[in-house]
Amino acid sequence: MSDITKQSLTELVENIKNKKLSSTDVTKAFIDRSEKSEKLNAYITNDFTSALDKAKKFDQKPNLDLKLPGIPMAVKDLFCTKDIKTTAGSKILNNFVPTYESTVTENIWNEGAILLGKLNCDEFAMGSSNETSFFGNVQSPIDKNLVPGGSSGGSASAVAGQLTPVTIGTDTGGSIRQPASFTGIVGLKPTYGSCSRYGIVAFASSLDQAGPMAQNVKDCALLHEVISSYDPKDSTSIDFKRNHYSKELTNNIKGKKIGIPKEYRVDGMPKEIEDLWQKGTQYIKDCGAETIDISLPNTSYALPTYYIVAPAEASSNLARYDGVKYGFRAKGENLIDMYEKTRSEGFGAEVQRRIMIGTYVLSSGYYDAYYLKAQKVRRLIKNDFDEAYKKVDAILTPSTPSSAFKIGEKTNDPVSMYLNDIFTVPVNLAGLPGISIPAGHDAKGYPLGLQIIGKAFDEQNILNIAYAMEEKINFKNKITDWWIK
Amino acid sequence: MSIDLKTIKHISKLARISVDQQRAEKLAGDLNSIFDFIEKLNELKTDNVEPLTSIAETTLKLRSDEVKSKNIREQIIKNSPQNNEDYFVVPKVIE
Repeated sequence: MSDITKQSLTELVENIKNKKLSSTDVTKAFIDRSEKSEKLNAYITNDFTSALDKAKKFDQKPNLDLKLPGIPMAVKDLFCTKDIKTTAGSKILNNFVPTYESTVTENIWNEGAILLGKLNCDEFAMGSSNETSFFGNVQSPIDKNLVPGGSSGGSASAVAGQLTPVTIGTDTGGSIRQPASFTGIVGLKPTYGSCSRYGIVAFASSLDQAGPMAQNVKDCALLHEVISSYDPKDSTSIDFKRNHYSKELTNNIKGKKIGIPKEYRVDGMPKEIEDLWQKGTQYIKDCGAETIDISLPNTSYALPTYYIVAPAEASSNLARYDGVKYGFRAKGENLIDMYEKTRSEGFGAEVQRRIMIGTYVLSSGYYDAYYLKAQKVRRLIKNDFDEAYKKVDAILTPSTPSSAFKIGEKTNDPVSMYLNDIFTVPVNLAGLPGISIPAGHDAKGYPLGLQIIGKAFDEQNILNIAYAMEEKINFKNKITDWWIK
Repeated sequence: MSIDLKTIKHISKLARISVDQQRAEKLAGDLNSIFDFIEKLNELKTDNVEPLTSIAETTLKLRSDEVKSKNIREQIIKNSPQNNEDYFVVPKVIE
Protein backbone atom coordinates (compact mmCIF):
# COMPACT_ATOMS: atom_id res chain seq x y z
CA MET A 1 0.00 0.00 0.00
CA SER A 2 1.53 3.28 -1.11
CA ASP A 3 1.17 6.65 0.53
CA ILE A 4 0.86 5.27 4.03
CA THR A 5 1.96 8.60 5.50
CA LYS A 6 -0.92 10.39 3.77
CA GLN A 7 -3.47 8.36 5.74
CA SER A 8 -5.23 9.76 8.76
CA LEU A 9 -4.81 8.18 12.19
CA THR A 10 -8.34 6.78 11.96
CA GLU A 11 -7.55 5.11 8.61
CA LEU A 12 -4.25 3.70 9.89
CA VAL A 13 -5.92 2.23 12.98
CA GLU A 14 -8.60 0.66 10.79
CA ASN A 15 -6.07 -0.76 8.33
CA ILE A 16 -3.99 -2.27 11.13
CA LYS A 17 -7.11 -3.73 12.76
CA ASN A 18 -8.22 -5.23 9.42
CA LYS A 19 -4.67 -6.54 8.91
CA LYS A 20 -4.33 -4.63 5.66
CA LEU A 21 -1.26 -2.99 7.16
CA SER A 22 1.16 -4.12 9.83
CA SER A 23 2.64 -1.87 12.48
CA THR A 24 6.01 -2.50 10.81
CA ASP A 25 4.70 -1.21 7.44
CA VAL A 26 3.36 1.92 9.04
CA THR A 27 6.35 2.57 11.30
CA LYS A 28 8.77 2.05 8.41
CA ALA A 29 6.86 4.49 6.21
CA PHE A 30 6.93 7.27 8.80
CA ILE A 31 10.61 6.62 9.60
CA ASP A 32 11.50 6.79 5.88
CA ARG A 33 9.70 10.07 5.44
CA SER A 34 11.15 11.49 8.66
CA GLU A 35 14.65 10.59 7.47
CA LYS A 36 14.03 12.41 4.20
CA SER A 37 12.77 15.44 6.08
CA GLU A 38 15.84 16.54 8.03
CA LYS A 39 15.56 19.99 6.46
CA LEU A 40 12.44 20.68 8.49
CA ASN A 41 14.47 20.21 11.71
CA ALA A 42 11.29 18.89 13.34
CA TYR A 43 13.07 16.30 15.48
CA ILE A 44 15.50 16.92 18.32
CA THR A 45 16.01 13.23 19.07
CA ASN A 46 14.91 10.22 17.06
CA ASP A 47 14.29 6.73 18.37
CA PHE A 48 13.82 5.03 14.98
CA THR A 49 15.80 1.85 15.66
CA SER A 50 13.89 0.90 18.76
CA ALA A 51 10.61 2.07 17.18
CA LEU A 52 11.09 -0.52 14.44
CA ASP A 53 11.93 -3.19 17.01
CA LYS A 54 8.78 -2.36 18.95
CA ALA A 55 6.69 -2.48 15.76
CA LYS A 56 8.04 -5.93 14.86
CA LYS A 57 7.33 -7.12 18.38
CA PHE A 58 3.80 -5.73 18.16
CA ASP A 59 3.17 -7.57 14.88
CA GLN A 60 4.25 -10.90 16.37
CA LYS A 61 1.45 -10.70 18.91
CA PRO A 62 -0.81 -7.82 17.92
CA ASN A 63 -3.34 -6.61 20.47
CA LEU A 64 -5.97 -5.15 18.16
CA ASP A 65 -8.33 -4.13 20.95
CA LEU A 66 -6.14 -1.15 21.76
CA LYS A 67 -7.05 2.34 20.60
CA LEU A 68 -3.69 3.05 18.94
CA PRO A 69 -2.55 -0.45 17.90
CA GLY A 70 1.07 -0.30 16.75
CA ILE A 71 0.75 3.35 15.66
CA PRO A 72 4.10 5.18 15.54
CA MET A 73 4.08 8.64 17.08
CA ALA A 74 6.59 11.42 17.73
CA VAL A 75 5.92 13.76 20.68
CA LYS A 76 6.97 17.26 21.72
CA ASP A 77 10.27 17.24 23.58
CA LEU A 78 8.61 18.76 26.64
CA PHE A 79 7.21 15.38 27.73
CA CYS A 80 9.54 13.30 29.89
CA THR A 81 10.13 9.92 28.29
CA LYS A 82 11.85 7.25 30.34
CA ASP A 83 15.42 6.58 29.19
CA ILE A 84 15.02 8.91 26.18
CA LYS A 85 16.69 12.32 26.30
CA THR A 86 14.23 15.14 27.07
CA THR A 87 15.55 18.65 26.45
CA ALA A 88 12.61 21.10 26.44
CA GLY A 89 14.52 22.71 23.56
CA SER A 90 17.12 24.01 26.03
CA LYS A 91 20.89 23.75 26.41
CA ILE A 92 20.36 23.46 30.16
CA LEU A 93 18.61 20.07 29.68
CA ASN A 94 20.77 18.98 26.73
CA ASN A 95 21.97 15.87 28.59
CA PHE A 96 18.86 15.10 30.66
CA VAL A 97 17.58 11.53 30.46
CA PRO A 98 14.42 11.10 32.56
CA THR A 99 14.09 8.06 34.78
CA TYR A 100 10.29 8.32 34.63
CA GLU A 101 7.53 8.74 32.05
CA SER A 102 4.95 11.54 31.81
CA THR A 103 1.38 10.38 32.46
CA VAL A 104 0.16 11.63 29.09
CA THR A 105 2.79 9.68 27.11
CA GLU A 106 2.29 6.66 29.38
CA ASN A 107 -1.41 6.72 28.43
CA ILE A 108 -0.41 6.78 24.75
CA TRP A 109 1.99 3.82 24.97
CA ASN A 110 -0.55 1.89 27.06
CA GLU A 111 -2.94 2.08 24.08
CA GLY A 112 -0.36 0.48 21.80
CA ALA A 113 1.43 3.46 20.22
CA ILE A 114 5.19 3.46 19.59
CA LEU A 115 7.56 6.39 20.18
CA LEU A 116 9.23 7.66 16.99
CA GLY A 117 11.17 10.49 18.59
CA LYS A 118 11.10 13.84 20.32
CA LEU A 119 9.99 16.95 18.46
CA ASN A 120 11.54 20.40 18.44
CA CYS A 121 9.92 23.27 20.34
CA ASP A 122 10.67 26.75 21.62
CA GLU A 123 12.95 26.66 24.66
CA PHE A 124 10.80 25.72 27.67
CA ALA A 125 7.80 26.33 25.36
CA MET A 126 8.48 30.08 25.47
CA GLY A 127 7.93 31.41 21.98
CA SER A 128 5.45 31.68 19.12
CA SER A 129 7.69 30.75 16.18
CA ASN A 130 9.98 27.90 17.29
CA GLU A 131 12.94 30.26 16.88
CA THR A 132 14.02 30.16 20.54
CA SER A 133 14.98 26.45 20.49
CA PHE A 134 18.62 25.69 21.34
CA PHE A 135 18.40 23.11 18.54
CA GLY A 136 17.62 25.65 15.84
CA ASN A 137 14.44 26.86 14.20
CA VAL A 138 11.93 24.55 12.55
CA GLN A 139 10.88 24.97 8.92
CA SER A 140 7.21 24.90 8.01
CA PRO A 141 6.14 22.29 5.44
CA ILE A 142 3.90 25.01 3.98
CA ASP A 143 6.75 27.10 2.58
CA LYS A 144 10.51 27.53 2.83
CA ASN A 145 11.75 29.93 5.54
CA LEU A 146 8.27 30.20 7.02
CA VAL A 147 7.84 29.69 10.78
CA PRO A 148 5.60 26.76 11.78
CA GLY A 149 4.46 28.77 14.81
CA GLY A 150 5.25 27.88 18.37
CA SER A 151 5.93 26.72 20.83
CA SER A 152 4.81 23.30 19.51
CA GLY A 153 6.44 24.11 16.15
CA GLY A 154 8.19 20.77 15.63
CA SER A 155 4.90 19.03 16.43
CA ALA A 156 2.95 21.13 13.91
CA SER A 157 5.60 20.72 11.25
CA ALA A 158 5.73 16.95 11.81
CA VAL A 159 1.96 16.47 11.52
CA ALA A 160 1.49 18.79 8.52
CA GLY A 161 4.59 17.31 6.84
CA GLN A 162 3.34 13.74 7.55
CA LEU A 163 6.35 12.67 9.62
CA THR A 164 3.97 11.39 12.31
CA PRO A 165 0.25 10.52 11.99
CA VAL A 166 -0.66 12.67 15.04
CA THR A 167 1.20 14.18 17.95
CA ILE A 168 0.83 15.90 21.27
CA GLY A 169 1.88 19.41 22.14
CA THR A 170 1.47 21.68 25.14
CA ASP A 171 -0.41 24.97 25.26
CA THR A 172 0.27 27.69 27.85
CA GLY A 173 -0.88 30.71 25.82
CA GLY A 174 -1.61 29.27 22.37
CA SER A 175 1.28 26.87 21.77
CA ILE A 176 -0.94 24.16 20.26
CA ARG A 177 -3.57 26.28 18.50
CA GLN A 178 -1.32 28.93 16.92
CA PRO A 179 1.10 26.45 15.22
CA ALA A 180 -1.89 24.30 14.20
CA SER A 181 -3.40 27.36 12.55
CA PHE A 182 -0.09 28.26 10.83
CA THR A 183 0.36 24.79 9.35
CA GLY A 184 -3.21 23.88 8.37
CA ILE A 185 -3.87 21.21 11.00
CA VAL A 186 -6.22 20.69 13.96
CA GLY A 187 -5.05 21.42 17.52
CA LEU A 188 -6.96 21.11 20.78
CA LYS A 189 -6.09 22.79 24.07
CA PRO A 190 -8.15 20.89 26.64
CA THR A 191 -9.75 22.28 29.83
CA TYR A 192 -7.23 22.92 32.59
CA GLY A 193 -7.11 19.75 34.68
CA SER A 194 -8.20 17.43 31.86
CA CYS A 195 -4.74 16.07 31.00
CA SER A 196 -2.17 15.36 33.68
CA ARG A 197 0.81 17.70 33.91
CA TYR A 198 2.92 15.01 35.60
CA GLY A 199 6.21 14.61 33.77
CA ILE A 200 5.78 17.64 31.52
CA VAL A 201 8.61 20.14 31.86
CA ALA A 202 6.86 22.98 33.71
CA PHE A 203 6.54 26.48 32.26
CA ALA A 204 3.53 28.23 33.90
CA SER A 205 1.72 25.71 36.06
CA SER A 206 -1.66 27.44 36.27
CA LEU A 207 -1.86 27.65 32.46
CA ASP A 208 -0.01 24.61 31.01
CA GLN A 209 -2.10 21.87 29.34
CA ALA A 210 -1.14 19.04 27.01
CA GLY A 211 -3.30 18.39 23.97
CA PRO A 212 -3.58 16.57 20.63
CA MET A 213 -2.55 17.85 17.18
CA ALA A 214 -3.86 16.02 14.12
CA GLN A 215 -4.78 16.13 10.42
CA ASN A 216 -8.50 16.15 11.18
CA VAL A 217 -11.04 16.51 13.97
CA LYS A 218 -11.80 12.80 14.33
CA ASP A 219 -8.13 11.92 14.86
CA CYS A 220 -7.90 14.76 17.35
CA ALA A 221 -10.91 13.40 19.29
CA LEU A 222 -9.42 9.90 19.36
CA LEU A 223 -6.06 11.06 20.67
CA HIS A 224 -7.72 13.32 23.24
CA GLU A 225 -9.71 10.36 24.51
CA VAL A 226 -6.41 8.52 25.09
CA ILE A 227 -4.49 11.29 26.84
CA SER A 228 -7.19 12.77 29.07
CA SER A 229 -7.28 11.04 32.45
CA TYR A 230 -7.50 11.75 36.15
CA ASP A 231 -4.06 11.45 37.70
CA PRO A 232 -3.37 11.55 41.46
CA LYS A 233 0.24 12.49 40.62
CA ASP A 234 -0.93 15.94 39.45
CA SER A 235 -2.64 17.85 42.28
CA THR A 236 -4.62 19.98 39.81
CA SER A 237 -5.81 17.02 37.74
CA ILE A 238 -9.60 16.92 37.88
CA ASP A 239 -11.66 13.81 38.47
CA PHE A 240 -14.65 14.15 36.13
CA LYS A 241 -16.45 11.75 33.84
CA ARG A 242 -14.65 11.79 30.50
CA ASN A 243 -16.45 11.11 27.23
CA HIS A 244 -15.53 8.60 24.54
CA TYR A 245 -14.78 11.64 22.43
CA SER A 246 -14.26 9.86 19.10
CA LYS A 247 -17.23 7.50 19.47
CA GLU A 248 -19.58 10.26 20.56
CA LEU A 249 -18.43 12.61 17.80
CA THR A 250 -21.37 13.94 15.76
CA ASN A 251 -21.82 16.61 13.11
CA ASN A 252 -25.31 17.36 14.38
CA ILE A 253 -25.03 20.77 16.01
CA LYS A 254 -28.54 21.95 15.20
CA GLY A 255 -29.85 24.48 17.67
CA LYS A 256 -26.45 25.20 19.26
CA LYS A 257 -25.82 28.83 20.09
CA ILE A 258 -22.42 30.14 19.06
CA GLY A 259 -21.16 33.50 20.34
CA ILE A 260 -19.26 35.97 18.16
CA PRO A 261 -17.28 38.30 20.47
CA LYS A 262 -16.96 41.81 19.07
CA GLU A 263 -13.74 42.54 21.00
CA TYR A 264 -11.86 40.04 18.82
CA ARG A 265 -12.23 42.44 15.90
CA VAL A 266 -8.88 44.08 16.71
CA ASP A 267 -7.27 47.11 15.07
CA GLY A 268 -5.06 46.30 12.14
CA MET A 269 -6.42 42.78 11.64
CA PRO A 270 -6.01 41.85 7.96
CA LYS A 271 -9.19 41.78 5.92
CA GLU A 272 -8.68 38.15 4.99
CA ILE A 273 -8.93 37.17 8.67
CA GLU A 274 -12.14 39.16 9.02
CA ASP A 275 -13.51 37.50 5.86
CA LEU A 276 -12.55 34.07 7.15
CA TRP A 277 -14.39 34.75 10.38
CA GLN A 278 -17.47 35.86 8.42
CA LYS A 279 -17.29 32.67 6.38
CA GLY A 280 -17.01 30.70 9.62
CA THR A 281 -20.21 32.23 10.98
CA GLN A 282 -21.94 31.33 7.72
CA TYR A 283 -20.75 27.70 8.03
CA ILE A 284 -22.12 27.63 11.58
CA LYS A 285 -25.51 28.75 10.26
CA ASP A 286 -25.34 26.24 7.40
CA CYS A 287 -24.93 23.53 10.04
CA GLY A 288 -28.21 24.57 11.62
CA ALA A 289 -26.67 26.36 14.59
CA GLU A 290 -27.33 29.95 15.57
CA THR A 291 -24.81 32.76 15.96
CA ILE A 292 -25.23 35.46 18.61
CA ASP A 293 -23.19 38.64 19.03
CA ILE A 294 -21.60 38.70 22.45
CA SER A 295 -19.16 40.85 24.39
CA LEU A 296 -16.03 39.81 26.29
CA PRO A 297 -15.20 43.33 27.50
CA ASN A 298 -11.83 42.62 29.13
CA THR A 299 -10.26 40.84 26.14
CA SER A 300 -7.63 43.53 25.50
CA TYR A 301 -6.28 43.07 29.04
CA ALA A 302 -5.63 39.36 28.58
CA LEU A 303 -2.21 39.63 26.97
CA PRO A 304 -0.75 42.09 29.54
CA THR A 305 -2.17 39.84 32.30
CA TYR A 306 -0.59 36.79 30.70
CA TYR A 307 2.80 38.52 30.51
CA ILE A 308 2.74 38.94 34.28
CA VAL A 309 1.25 35.59 35.32
CA ALA A 310 3.20 33.32 32.94
CA PRO A 311 6.70 34.81 33.57
CA ALA A 312 6.03 34.93 37.34
CA GLU A 313 5.22 31.22 37.39
CA ALA A 314 8.09 30.47 35.00
CA SER A 315 10.64 32.29 37.16
CA SER A 316 9.57 30.12 40.11
CA ASN A 317 9.44 26.87 38.11
CA LEU A 318 12.80 27.44 36.45
CA ALA A 319 14.56 28.12 39.77
CA ARG A 320 15.19 24.36 39.85
CA TYR A 321 17.82 24.60 37.08
CA ASP A 322 20.82 25.31 39.27
CA GLY A 323 23.47 23.00 37.84
CA VAL A 324 23.31 20.72 40.87
CA LYS A 325 20.65 18.04 40.48
CA TYR A 326 20.52 17.60 36.71
CA GLY A 327 21.31 19.33 33.45
CA PHE A 328 24.10 21.60 32.31
CA ARG A 329 26.62 23.03 34.81
CA ALA A 330 29.10 25.84 34.14
CA LYS A 331 32.32 26.17 36.13
CA GLY A 332 32.25 28.82 38.85
CA GLU A 333 34.60 30.15 41.47
CA ASN A 334 32.12 29.39 44.23
CA LEU A 335 28.58 28.06 44.60
CA ILE A 336 26.79 31.36 43.80
CA ASP A 337 29.10 32.03 40.87
CA MET A 338 28.39 28.51 39.58
CA TYR A 339 24.60 29.08 39.80
CA GLU A 340 24.81 32.42 38.02
CA LYS A 341 27.07 31.20 35.21
CA THR A 342 25.11 27.97 34.74
CA ARG A 343 21.85 29.88 34.28
CA SER A 344 23.44 32.59 32.16
CA GLU A 345 25.05 30.08 29.77
CA GLY A 346 22.33 27.41 29.98
CA PHE A 347 19.23 29.52 29.25
CA GLY A 348 18.65 31.31 25.94
CA ALA A 349 17.74 34.98 25.58
CA GLU A 350 13.93 34.63 25.59
CA VAL A 351 13.92 32.39 28.66
CA GLN A 352 16.23 34.79 30.52
CA ARG A 353 13.99 37.69 29.54
CA ARG A 354 10.93 35.95 30.95
CA ILE A 355 12.69 34.88 34.15
CA MET A 356 13.73 38.51 34.63
CA ILE A 357 10.15 39.78 34.08
CA GLY A 358 8.82 37.16 36.48
CA THR A 359 11.44 37.88 39.14
CA TYR A 360 10.71 41.60 38.89
CA VAL A 361 6.91 41.33 39.21
CA LEU A 362 7.28 39.05 42.23
CA SER A 363 9.98 41.11 43.93
CA SER A 364 9.44 43.08 47.10
CA GLY A 365 7.55 46.32 46.49
CA TYR A 366 6.17 45.27 43.08
CA TYR A 367 4.12 42.19 43.93
CA ASP A 368 0.86 44.07 44.59
CA ALA A 369 1.26 46.43 41.64
CA TYR A 370 1.84 43.64 39.14
CA TYR A 371 1.21 40.07 40.24
CA LEU A 372 -1.80 40.72 42.47
CA LYS A 373 -3.22 43.14 39.92
CA ALA A 374 -2.86 40.49 37.19
CA GLN A 375 -4.62 37.88 39.32
CA LYS A 376 -7.52 40.28 39.79
CA VAL A 377 -7.77 41.02 36.08
CA ARG A 378 -7.59 37.30 35.43
CA ARG A 379 -10.76 36.99 37.52
CA LEU A 380 -12.46 39.64 35.36
CA ILE A 381 -11.48 37.79 32.18
CA LYS A 382 -12.89 34.55 33.55
CA ASN A 383 -16.08 36.36 34.61
CA ASP A 384 -16.52 37.62 31.02
CA PHE A 385 -16.61 34.04 29.77
CA ASP A 386 -18.94 32.90 32.60
CA GLU A 387 -21.31 35.69 31.67
CA ALA A 388 -21.15 34.84 27.93
CA TYR A 389 -21.83 31.16 28.58
CA LYS A 390 -25.18 32.05 30.14
CA LYS A 391 -26.26 32.88 26.58
CA VAL A 392 -24.18 30.66 24.30
CA ASP A 393 -22.81 27.09 24.11
CA ALA A 394 -19.49 27.98 22.49
CA ILE A 395 -17.60 30.92 20.97
CA LEU A 396 -16.13 31.32 17.48
CA THR A 397 -13.05 33.50 16.83
CA PRO A 398 -10.08 33.56 14.47
CA SER A 399 -7.14 31.50 15.88
CA THR A 400 -4.49 34.13 15.13
CA PRO A 401 -4.46 37.77 13.98
CA SER A 402 -2.39 36.86 10.88
CA SER A 403 -1.10 33.92 8.87
CA ALA A 404 2.43 32.51 9.39
CA PHE A 405 5.35 34.92 9.04
CA LYS A 406 8.90 34.51 7.77
CA ILE A 407 11.74 33.22 9.95
CA GLY A 408 13.51 36.18 11.57
CA GLU A 409 10.69 38.63 10.85
CA LYS A 410 9.69 39.23 14.49
CA THR A 411 12.69 38.11 16.53
CA ASN A 412 13.86 41.64 17.38
CA ASP A 413 10.57 42.86 18.76
CA PRO A 414 9.27 40.75 21.67
CA VAL A 415 5.97 42.63 21.97
CA SER A 416 5.03 42.10 18.31
CA MET A 417 5.87 38.41 18.76
CA TYR A 418 3.65 38.25 21.87
CA LEU A 419 0.71 39.78 19.94
CA ASN A 420 0.45 36.53 17.96
CA ASP A 421 -1.29 34.97 20.93
CA ILE A 422 -3.91 37.67 21.38
CA PHE A 423 -6.86 35.33 20.57
CA THR A 424 -5.54 32.23 22.31
CA VAL A 425 -4.25 33.60 25.64
CA PRO A 426 -7.69 34.48 27.16
CA VAL A 427 -8.66 30.80 26.88
CA ASN A 428 -5.69 29.70 29.00
CA LEU A 429 -6.29 32.44 31.57
CA ALA A 430 -9.88 31.19 31.98
CA GLY A 431 -8.84 27.50 31.95
CA LEU A 432 -11.22 26.70 29.08
CA PRO A 433 -10.93 24.27 26.16
CA GLY A 434 -10.22 25.69 22.69
CA ILE A 435 -9.72 24.05 19.32
CA SER A 436 -8.19 25.50 16.16
CA ILE A 437 -9.31 24.11 12.81
CA PRO A 438 -7.96 25.00 9.38
CA ALA A 439 -10.55 27.11 7.58
CA GLY A 440 -8.96 28.66 4.51
CA HIS A 441 -5.90 30.23 2.90
CA ASP A 442 -4.65 33.79 2.62
CA ALA A 443 -3.53 35.42 -0.64
CA LYS A 444 -0.09 33.82 -0.31
CA GLY A 445 -1.67 30.39 0.01
CA TYR A 446 -0.81 30.08 3.73
CA PRO A 447 -3.35 28.37 6.00
CA LEU A 448 -5.66 30.31 8.32
CA GLY A 449 -7.45 28.85 11.33
CA LEU A 450 -10.65 29.41 13.26
CA GLN A 451 -10.90 28.81 16.99
CA ILE A 452 -13.88 27.38 18.84
CA ILE A 453 -13.84 28.04 22.59
CA GLY A 454 -15.98 25.88 24.87
CA LYS A 455 -17.25 25.77 28.42
CA ALA A 456 -14.99 24.02 30.94
CA PHE A 457 -15.06 20.22 30.42
CA ASP A 458 -17.20 20.63 27.29
CA GLU A 459 -14.58 19.27 24.86
CA GLN A 460 -17.18 17.00 23.23
CA ASN A 461 -19.25 20.01 22.22
CA ILE A 462 -16.39 21.96 20.60
CA LEU A 463 -15.14 18.80 18.89
CA ASN A 464 -18.64 18.30 17.46
CA ILE A 465 -18.84 21.88 16.23
CA ALA A 466 -15.35 21.54 14.72
CA TYR A 467 -16.39 18.25 13.09
CA ALA A 468 -19.50 19.78 11.55
CA MET A 469 -17.60 22.84 10.31
CA GLU A 470 -14.76 20.73 8.93
CA GLU A 471 -17.21 18.97 6.65
CA LYS A 472 -18.51 22.29 5.29
CA ILE A 473 -15.07 23.90 4.98
CA ASN A 474 -13.52 20.93 3.16
CA PHE A 475 -10.01 22.33 3.68
CA LYS A 476 -7.12 20.89 1.66
CA ASN A 477 -3.63 21.57 2.97
CA LYS A 478 -1.18 22.57 0.22
CA ILE A 479 1.89 20.48 1.00
CA THR A 480 4.36 20.47 -1.89
CA ASP A 481 7.14 18.43 -0.23
CA TRP A 482 9.49 21.34 -1.06
CA TRP A 483 12.00 20.10 1.52
CA ILE A 484 12.31 16.64 -0.01
CA LYS A 485 12.84 17.59 -3.65
CA MET B 1 7.98 53.94 34.41
CA SER B 2 11.47 52.99 33.48
CA ILE B 3 13.69 50.08 34.44
CA ASP B 4 17.29 51.26 34.73
CA LEU B 5 20.52 49.30 34.63
CA LYS B 6 20.76 49.26 38.42
CA THR B 7 17.35 47.53 38.59
CA ILE B 8 18.40 45.03 35.91
CA LYS B 9 21.52 44.16 37.92
CA HIS B 10 19.37 43.76 41.05
CA ILE B 11 16.85 41.46 39.32
CA SER B 12 19.62 39.40 37.75
CA LYS B 13 21.08 38.86 41.23
CA LEU B 14 17.67 37.74 42.51
CA ALA B 15 17.22 35.46 39.50
CA ARG B 16 20.79 34.11 39.81
CA ILE B 17 21.58 34.87 36.18
CA SER B 18 24.81 36.74 35.55
CA VAL B 19 24.49 39.44 32.88
CA ASP B 20 27.28 41.54 31.44
CA GLN B 21 26.91 45.21 30.59
CA GLN B 22 25.85 44.58 26.99
CA ARG B 23 23.16 42.03 27.96
CA ALA B 24 21.96 44.31 30.75
CA GLU B 25 21.44 47.18 28.32
CA LYS B 26 19.54 44.94 25.88
CA LEU B 27 17.40 43.56 28.71
CA ALA B 28 16.60 47.05 30.01
CA GLY B 29 15.33 48.02 26.55
CA ASP B 30 13.26 44.85 26.17
CA LEU B 31 11.77 45.00 29.65
CA ASN B 32 10.84 48.64 29.28
CA SER B 33 8.90 47.99 26.10
CA ILE B 34 7.21 44.95 27.67
CA PHE B 35 6.26 46.91 30.82
CA ASP B 36 4.92 49.79 28.73
CA PHE B 37 2.58 47.22 27.25
CA ILE B 38 1.72 45.74 30.68
CA GLU B 39 0.91 49.19 32.15
CA LYS B 40 -2.39 48.99 30.24
CA LEU B 41 -3.75 47.07 33.22
CA ASN B 42 -3.75 50.29 35.27
CA GLU B 43 -6.74 51.47 33.23
CA LEU B 44 -8.85 48.94 35.10
CA LYS B 45 -10.24 49.50 38.58
CA THR B 46 -9.87 46.28 40.52
CA ASP B 47 -10.23 47.37 44.18
CA ASN B 48 -13.07 45.00 44.99
CA VAL B 49 -12.06 42.11 42.76
CA GLU B 50 -11.05 38.85 44.38
CA PRO B 51 -7.70 37.67 42.90
CA LEU B 52 -7.96 34.43 40.93
CA THR B 53 -5.31 32.18 42.42
CA SER B 54 -6.37 28.85 40.96
CA ILE B 55 -8.36 28.15 37.86
CA ALA B 56 -9.27 24.64 38.99
CA GLU B 57 -11.78 25.52 41.67
CA THR B 58 -11.58 22.26 43.54
CA THR B 59 -10.17 21.48 46.94
CA LEU B 60 -7.05 19.38 46.95
CA LYS B 61 -7.69 15.67 47.35
CA LEU B 62 -6.26 14.00 50.42
CA ARG B 63 -4.45 10.70 50.20
CA SER B 64 -2.86 8.43 52.76
CA ASP B 65 0.75 9.15 53.54
CA GLU B 66 2.47 6.09 52.07
CA VAL B 67 5.84 5.51 50.50
CA LYS B 68 5.26 4.81 46.80
CA SER B 69 8.76 4.92 45.33
CA LYS B 70 11.37 2.85 47.12
CA ASN B 71 15.11 2.68 46.54
CA ILE B 72 15.27 5.30 43.80
CA ARG B 73 18.41 6.95 45.16
CA GLU B 74 20.40 5.92 42.13
CA GLN B 75 17.76 7.32 39.77
CA ILE B 76 17.72 10.62 41.62
CA ILE B 77 21.45 11.30 41.33
CA LYS B 78 21.80 9.71 37.89
CA ASN B 79 21.44 13.00 35.99
CA SER B 80 23.58 15.16 38.29
CA PRO B 81 26.60 16.83 36.67
CA GLN B 82 28.82 15.77 39.58
CA ASN B 83 28.17 13.27 42.34
CA ASN B 84 30.07 11.21 44.82
CA GLU B 85 28.59 8.02 46.22
CA ASP B 86 25.08 9.11 47.22
CA TYR B 87 25.68 12.86 47.24
CA PHE B 88 25.42 15.78 44.85
CA VAL B 89 28.76 17.57 44.66
CA VAL B 90 28.87 21.40 44.57
CA PRO B 91 31.75 23.90 44.76
CA LYS B 92 33.12 24.26 48.29
CA VAL B 93 30.77 26.35 50.48
CA ILE B 94 32.57 26.34 53.86
CA GLU B 95 36.16 27.56 54.15
